[in-house]
Amino acid sequence: MMGIVKEKIGSIEFRVLSPKVIKEMSVVKIITPELYDADGYPVEGGLMNLRMGVIEPGLRCRTCGARVKDCPGHFGYIELARPVIHIKYLDFIYNALRSTCSKCGKISLDEKTLERFKLKMKLVERQRGELEKWNISKEIISRAKNTLVCPYCGEKREKLKLKKPYSFYEEKVRVTPIDMRERLEKVADDDLELLGLDPLGGRPEWMVLTLLPVPPVTVRPSITLESGQKSEDDLTHKLSDIVRTNQRLLENLNAGAPEIIIEDLWDLLQYHVTTFFSNNISQIPPARHRSGRPLKTLSERIKSKEGRFRKNLAGKRVNFCARSVISPDPNIEINEIGVPEVMAETLTVPERVNSWNIEWLKQLIKNSPNLPCALYVFSQDGKKKRVTDESKELLLEELSDGYIVERTLNDGDIVLFNRQPSLHRMSIMAHRVKVLPGNTLRVNLTVTDPYNADFDGDDMNMHVPQTEEARAEADELMDVITQIITPRFGLPIIGCKQDHLSGLYTLTKEGAMFTKEEAFQLLARAKVYNADLKFNKEGLVSGKDIFSAVLPEDFNYEGKSGLYKPGSKNKSGDDIVKVVKGKLLSGVIDDKSVGSKKGLLLQEIAKLYDREQVSTYLQRMALLGIATLDMKGFTVLSSDSDLPEEVFKDIKSKLHQSISQVNSAIKSYESGEMVSLPGRTLRETLEQKIINILNRARNIVGSLVLNNASKDNCTIVMAQSGAKGNMLNLAQMAGAVGQQVLRGFRLKRGYEGRVLPHFKKGDLGADARGFVRRGYKSGLSPTEFFFHAITSRDAQMDTSMRTPTSGYFQRRLINALQDFKVVNDLSVRTSNGNIVQFKYGEDGIDVGKSDAGSIDVDLIVKKVSEQ
Amino acid sequence: MAEEKKPEKTEKSKLNEQILEHSYNPKFEILKPEEVKALLERFNAKIIQLPKININDPICKLMSAKVNDVFKITRKSYTSEDSVFYRVVVDG
Repeated sequence: MMGIVKEKIGSIEFRVLSPKVIKEMSVVKIITPELYDADGYPVEGGLMNLRMGVIEPGLRCRTCGARVKDCPGHFGYIELARPVIHIKYLDFIYNALRSTCSKCGKISLDEKTLERFKLKMKLVERQRGELEKWNISKEIISRAKNTLVCPYCGEKREKLKLKKPYSFYEEKVRVTPIDMRERLEKVADDDLELLGLDPLGGRPEWMVLTLLPVPPVTVRPSITLESGQKSEDDLTHKLSDIVRTNQRLLENLNAGAPEIIIEDLWDLLQYHVTTFFSNNISQIPPARHRSGRPLKTLSERIKSKEGRFRKNLAGKRVNFCARSVISPDPNIEINEIGVPEVMAETLTVPERVNSWNIEWLKQLIKNSPNLPCALYVFSQDGKKKRVTDESKELLLEELSDGYIVERTLNDGDIVLFNRQPSLHRMSIMAHRVKVLPGNTLRVNLTVTDPYNADFDGDDMNMHVPQTEEARAEADELMDVITQIITPRFGLPIIGCKQDHLSGLYTLTKEGAMFTKEEAFQLLARAKVYNADLKFNKEGLVSGKDIFSAVLPEDFNYEGKSGLYKPGSKNKSGDDIVKVVKGKLLSGVIDDKSVGSKKGLLLQEIAKLYDREQVSTYLQRMALLGIATLDMKGFTVLSSDSDLPEEVFKDIKSKLHQSISQVNSAIKSYESGEMVSLPGRTLRETLEQKIINILNRARNIVGSLVLNNASKDNCTIVMAQSGAKGNMLNLAQMAGAVGQQVLRGFRLKRGYEGRVLPHFKKGDLGADARGFVRRGYKSGLSPTEFFFHAITSRDAQMDTSMRTPTSGYFQRRLINALQDFKVVNDLSVRTSNGNIVQFKYGEDGIDVGKSDAGSIDVDLIVKKVSEQ
Repeated sequence: MAEEKKPEKTEKSKLNEQILEHSYNPKFEILKPEEVKALLERFNAKIIQLPKININDPICKLMSAKVNDVFKITRKSYTSEDSVFYRVVVDG
């Protein structure tokens, strides 16, 4: 059991360790670089000293007497023969030294100025908080460092220069760490605050180390290899370097060695201590392992992606999870997940035995090793027993209230399902388990959108919640059905896709009629068994009536289909989607009604009904769509993009007309008759005109293709239902690809005055500047093909460069905004109550609970008045 | 010299007035002390919790705002008709 938290941490403060504290917290002084003696026993006074904690099981700590897991480890210390700088405090040391007098230790500014700064600092602290004080300190330092004579003792001041990485010079004379300590000791506590240091946080002379704390062995455990050889941690290596150098320095000092040797050793000690703290300081060669690999010292343990924060604290490895390739299964429910048997027989759910489930759990134990079964049994005193053929009988007898049985994953269990990158709330949702044969995780097609998944080899992760609380939370907050409407734009993100849409479109198109057998067959596939259908004299029923059977009985809706064109007079029954009391009276069902990211009808259903109902309605719609396609057949043909000969001729002549329009525009430009548009040069006007003419040409081709295609053209059905593709794609196949545009202009770079050598220099005509007058099906001419390749490559490059950039940008945005919250008065605030926005989104609307981002007051009034 | 400088100044302030009236420039007003009090009460906030604007910002100079004055800024919004924002003038 976890310990009960009795105290709350109010605040944490970081201070500089004083030599005194270092000595007090240490249990041993390290004096020898050797780790083990000849027998492999840790050396007394060595770095693997038994007093500093235990890492081997069975041994007891020499300091506290506790065993491996209970002993937290104890610090030691190294007494440095000569002081060295702590590299991470370099800036503080530098600032303190250069702004104070070397003789009297006072800040080199006259009293008046200092007094002014003191007042200013107090003001800033009151008005803008502790952190802003640093700006004043910066100003003080930048002014004090330029003073030539100390205003207090009259000492002439030399300019202190920092020679990277860590030596200081005063006019070619080296300032040693000993001198630094001496000078820093003189700085008064009151002055520290002005230099940006908190006197309570420690004295600046402590930043020049005389004692080095040695972290306990538990921080740097050694690993025993299979060969019995011991491999030491990087930190231990580094520490033994420090001890060795220190020892040599000490000996040389005692022997009275020449100054040069002493200085060399001192520098070496400084290098080792520096790399012990951080091994990637610029201008210092990183300390390397014998193999040549840079050592991972203290800073690297904490920093960056592989460091403690991002690797171990912000992200952790977990148990009770599974990962596999995903594949689609339209026949499982929307909030189900198909789990392979191999996963189900390994993943477990703990179940506490009580009088209601004991029989069932006994059955599971009996069933072992066949699925579903129990894998482990925990008795009340916490003993774990594996269920085997031998232990079965005993366990069955023993089992009683309060035991915990770990049973395998079963149909109906709640699991969390996730696909990376998790950019969304909907990237992790709760699903119900459905154990299925096979090796992939199966998902319903409608939930691919929230995960942004497809089936070209995507893997997804599954997690099994282990407590009742976790399951309840997942069920209430994360269930797929609760996530249908996205908080991004207030429309369903889970909805019909691809075949569902093509199917529903064919089903509900005006004039689609079905026999009795067909109708009931379709509805049975959609799991509707009690539909009340009205058949006409010929015994037929319309597709719209069949669709009505999957709608809620009291449902009303009015909206537009994709076929609706504003202002068009000849309205067919497909334009306006109208549902009254659960009957689809008019309108074809397409992506505008039920599609994911678009479907308004679906949004209305999700808003009005509870989640089980919404789930069934959506599931039925999807199934009905698929069933229709299965019955009717749906094939995309090469001939879908065929056109009759005369239409082809028509297209050709239309293109010809456009090109001659372009030519006449060029002629008027060359003769100077053209009048420029406001704010444009003549040349720009011409380009604009030509692009307009050629775009119009492509649109004309598009409408010609559409008007001449047969009704049961599956490519067109796909485009119009919103399942896949659009009319432009079809026009480009059957008719003409059209003008190639690069960064908003016609192609113009290449050779001198022309894109390709096949044209004359300065040719402004359509063909010379990237107009493709053929379609993909009839084939492009070599020059057209090249033009097309130019724009294709540009598009490819653009996407491949933009995706990672925008991903990183999004990550930074999320990190910056993650702690903001909307409080009760609808203002957006940071964690300390600072106002970011006075009204959330400037309108105070929760998009996830709105109608596509706004509140439709008229609709609400209408609904209320109807009631 | 003095004669030459004067017309230039008026020219400049005229230009500044025009800037304030430009449609791209949102409407700025300085709140009265009692309005500031009401605002802070409404949002249950301290004055330092409001969004800030630097005293050296051109708009502060144009409207001769002082430290701790609160601007009411009315902007056009994509999501609603007008959005109201408040910023407190700070030094440095």
